[in-house]
Amino acid sequence: MGGIPHDHYEPKSKPEKWLHSRLPIVGLLYDTLMIPTPKNLNWMWIWGIVLTFCLALQIITGIVLVMHYTPHVDYAFSSVEHIMRNVNGGHMIRYLHMNGASLFFFAVYLHIFRGLYYGSYKAPREITWIIGMLIYLLMMGTAFMGYVLPWGQMSFWGATVITGLFGAIPFIGEPIQTWLLGGPAVDNATLNRFFSLHYLLPFVIAGLVALHIWAFHTTGNNNPTGVEVRRTSKADAQKDTVPFWPYFVIKDLFALAVIMAVFFAIVGFMPNYLGHPDNYIEANALATPAHIVPEWYFLPFYAILRGFDDTVWIVIAANFLTGGIVDGKFFGVLAMFGAIAVMALTPWLDTSSVRSGRYRPMFKIAYWTLVVNFLVLTWVGAMPAEGIYPIICLVGATYWFAYFLVILPLLGVIEKPLAQPETIEEDFKEHYGKSVSSGGGAVETPAE
Amino acid sequence: MFKRIALSAAAALCLTGTAALAAGGAGKVKDIDFSFEGPFGTFDENQLQRGLQVYTEICSSCHGLKFVPIRTLSDAGGPHLPEDQMRAYAEFYEIYDAELDDWRPAKPTDHFPESLLENAPDLSLMAKARAGFSGPYGTGVNQLFKGMGGPEYIYSLLTGYTGEEKEEAGTILYENTAFPGGWISMAPPLWGEDVDFNDGHANDISSISKDVASFLMWTAEPKMMDRQFSGLVGFIMLSVLSVLLYLTNKKIWAPIKGKNKSDTVATPAE
Repeated sequence: MGGIPHDHYEPKSKPEKWLHSRLPIVGLLYDTLMIPTPKNLNWMWIWGIVLTFCLALQIITGIVLVMHYTPHVDYAFSSVEHIMRNVNGGHMIRYLHMNGASLFFFAVYLHIFRGLYYGSYKAPREITWIIGMLIYLLMMGTAFMGYVLPWGQMSFWGATVITGLFGAIPFIGEPIQTWLLGGPAVDNATLNRFFSLHYLLPFVIAGLVALHIWAFHTTGNNNPTGVEVRRTSKADAQKDTVPFWPYFVIKDLFALAVIMAVFFAIVGFMPNYLGHPDNYIEANALATPAHIVPEWYFLPFYAILRGFDDTVWIVIAANFLTGGIVDGKFFGVLAMFGAIAVMALTPWLDTSSVRSGRYRPMFKIAYWTLVVNFLVLTWVGAMPAEGIYPIICLVGATYWFAYFLVILPLLGVIEKPLAQPETIEEDFKEHYGKSVSSGGGAVETPAE
Repeated sequence: MFKRIALSAAAALCLTGTAALAAGGAGKVKDIDFSFEGPFGTFDENQLQRGLQVYTEICSSCHGLKFVPIRTLSDAGGPHLPEDQMRAYAEFYEIYDAELDDWRPAKPTDHFPESLLENAPDLSLMAKARAGFSGPYGTGVNQLFKGMGGPEYIYSLLTGYTGEEKEEAGTILYENTAFPGGWISMAPPLWGEDVDFNDGHANDISSISKDVASFLMWTAEPKMMDRQFSGLVGFIMLSVLSVLLYLTNKKIWAPIKGKNKSDTVATPAE
């Protein structure tokens, strides 16, 4: 796979040969599991396994929850309470599902930012990156609709606000909003369709995950140096790689076990920490919560949405140029979706010939600023839209777009990259050669 | 439809107004050291039973607990009433049976009645539906160390009346230092010595407020002790698994990492 020369599955016994000539499924599994993997992958390459696990966890707990949940405005809230109080182990299943969504997004953000740092999006891995972005979009849709299902106050008002965004689209916005909601306002029809889609989309995600894996197994993994595995001969390739099993399977499982230990501590001891208390109040169309705040994982993009109001010059300009069609609200919606769109276009916006950020001094500064910016946006997204906060939103949103649309294209031209190692083997030896001489390989450094 | 939107907009305005007020000094919530806090915290059965008594004698005259089945009063990890006492307690309530089309005494399988007054919120989930603590600056650090503060909010509300009253649009409002906005329409429910406990436990306003706040934490999170146990078992098992996998990982990578054997060892160990 990946054009990397390696051993393939050879059926030996008669039954194996019989099956292989009819359905080469064992060979497919063998090649997938034994794929030559760059041996210098660091601890930021574990999130893929964590994400796969999250998807499985969410699907399994979700299927059990559906057995006891009632998607109806009169019963949804009390059926969730029924799960929490009367279903055997229901409280754990529900809290695992609820916090599982947070773990899922925590992992996906680290996975995405890993890709952004090491240039995993660059040729030839653009398709992997695009599929990843599609998965991320579907995750957001699925999580949003799932949050509506308990039918608490934040469920209801979050749904009202977010579907209201579509209403901001000029001319066709209102029909679209009505079509999405199944009526003039968030009601039983909305709850039912969200329930249906919340059940469907995870399986679409699972399909895309298979494509995602297929795509990067075709190109081979990226690695912290960004230098490609030598494909000149099998002997050369073996100097740069180890088979995925058992080396990375065990490493990834170790990381997963550590993360799951922390996750279980959160579920067991503070399961409502990441939630909002208002969602323990049943939905009420006549009482708006004081602050309608989305779940934490939406906050960076929610902040970008709110950054652009009618007082920002670019909004005023857009409003003037379009004859009043683009107003503050619509501009905010465009900015929010645009923020994700520019991320998806990164493979073509980054002009640098060097893949890994490790050898790009100027890029490093811009990248870490982006990380801090992302954290600031997450924080400011939960603050009220008054005082200095909208200004912080605007500055953060501006940097987000500047990074992808200006900095990445420019850096490729003006930056002078550092020397890269010739091979992965060289990088690996440089790293572990030291620990061998000092402590006989006993010292394990966690990251890089 | 328009009316509905106008109403919610008006409500939104009022609520933002009160929230702004709250930020300006009101909404004081005192941190209480409840027995159920922290990873190893447990509900105090006696306290929950006292809280049940306070709820029954005072709160239940207006409020309900519609999500709480009466039978759960006998559950371990809760008030843990003896079964005969729980059955006797159930009969204390009259509930409406749609099948009989009549009122009958409640059975253990019934839930507590709903609120009797329209504007008295149901208390089943109150301890999880309110956040006593926030910030600083939206960072969530306080909630991390003090907890979300639902029971603390209930305690502070019950003990937070200043004695000031005012009339607004025909409703009497009472000044309360814990309530967002500072003025609440619920008259002070507790004054101290409102209930007498059989065991002669202290019944000053602070004690009974703590008792009822603990009881409401249990009604909101009846499986808390089960959950903490599951969390602990999961954490310990996964930690052990982590150590084993760490050692396994170290061992299988040793030939790859050490002594530059990488030229020869590129096939799986098994």
